Amino acid sequence: MKRVAVVDYGMGNLDSVARALEECGGRPVVTDRAEDIGSATHIVLPGVGAFGDGIRNVRQRGLDQILREQAVIGGIPFLGICLGMQMLATRGHEGGVTEGLGWIDGEVRRLEPAGEDSRIPHIGWNEVVLARPSALLAGVEPGRDFYFVHSYHLVCHDKEDVLAMTPYCGGFVSAIARGNIFGVQFHPEKSQRLGFQVLRNFLAL
Amino acid sequence: MPKIRVMPTLLFKDVGLVKGVAFDSWRRVGSAMQAVKVYNMREVDELVYLDITATGDGRPPDFETVDDLADECFMPLTVGGGVRTVEDVRRLLKVGADKVAINTAAVERPALIREIADRFGSQCVVVSIDARRRADGTYESYTHSGRVPVGKDPAAVAKDAEAMGAGEVLLTSIDRDGTMRGYDVELTRLVADAVSIPVIASGGAGTYQHMVEVLREGRASAVAAASIYHFTEQTPLAAKRFLRERGFPVRL
Repeated sequence: MKRVAVVDYGMGNLDSVARALEECGGRPVVTDRAEDIGSATHIVLPGVGAFGDGIRNVRQRGLDQILREQAVIGGIPFLGICLGMQMLATRGHEGGVTEGLGWIDGEVRRLEPAGEDSRIPHIGWNEVVLARPSALLAGVEPGRDFYFVHSYHLVCHDKEDVLAMTPYCGGFVSAIARGNIFGVQFHPEKSQRLGFQVLRNFLAL
Repeated sequence: MPKIRVMPTLLFKDVGLVKGVAFDSWRRVGSAMQAVKVYNMREVDELVYLDITATGDGRPPDFETVDDLADECFMPLTVGGGVRTVEDVRRLLKVGADKVAINTAAVERPALIREIADRFGSQCVVVSIDARRRADGTYESYTHSGRVPVGKDPAAVAKDAEAMGAGEVLLTSIDRDGTMRGYDVELTRLVADAVSIPVIASGGAGTYQHMVEVLREGRASAVAAASIYHFTEQTPLAAKRFLRERGFPVRL
């Protein structure tokens, strides 16, 4: 059984993520305890909220250290969802500049409308176009829709990190990967069958 | 472009789901859990769940019920009714809501929108505006489930809400609610032109063609509806097929 630490830093739809992981055959534990994260086979960092608050909460709980030890050094499969992906960046520009976890070379910036009908926040179902094949998005046919709800996006400095793009506001990064570290801007836990496919792929890592 | 969203609305009153006409004459339409399970199985784009008596009864949201519903809901869920504080929002998000709709509290204390947006992000704040057409053809906004006039037109309420950090507007025509005579396209256009955040049109859908009208002429980003799904054979999936045939981007 895959023991998944769903990292609780006081923000985000923790229950939804945990429920979806459970449906996908994982055994999720919503936790902010180092020993739970230390003994997990997989780590998910969910997130709904503002970048600055998110990072502050993660640091205040001392989670940055244990996450780095497990994911960056230990190589345990890690998935950041939405803000959980954005926080991996070098820095964020939401409500002032905040240093991120710095695992992914990049910045989090506000989506800029391109054309009259790009309303922001970007809310709803949109396409995920693969930039390269990956275990995480295996079995996802080109151009299928996932659920998004966000106003900021991750700008990757290293194009090698980009797994998928979504055509909105000139195109933004909707999935990333660097080794065992994955991130998705969309919400797999709310993207029904296709979202579950992604979570099952992750649990199979 | 994100796809046009077709969203069933579930109205909760007392012990189950209801649907009325013009915010009145409620009829029972079954259990919330059953509806959530069915819509989940059918993979609808998003669900709106509104507890329509919470504010009137002076109660907070029923967190336990939302928790149970959200456990079966692997699609986006917007929850409204009785939300008055940042703590209410935190608890709703924690038990599985993705977005929170606020109506009365947003008008009484607009700073609440800012507080929620600062803490949880704009994307989870849906400002719900209920509007009625005045005799002179202009519009009035209402709170307390359509009972208390605000003294402001809905475009102004929406603009203020956007400035405070709202991420979306759920706009309901009280006049059209439950009538199945079509959305108030003019009202929707007024609000959609006033803001740059998405507007969800609600109230009056009786046919798929009504959805086409409010999307095309009203510039809505999403169509919410209830009666059409409760009382006719029409479904969200068939609605999307109809919309796709007419050139709208939908998720099928």
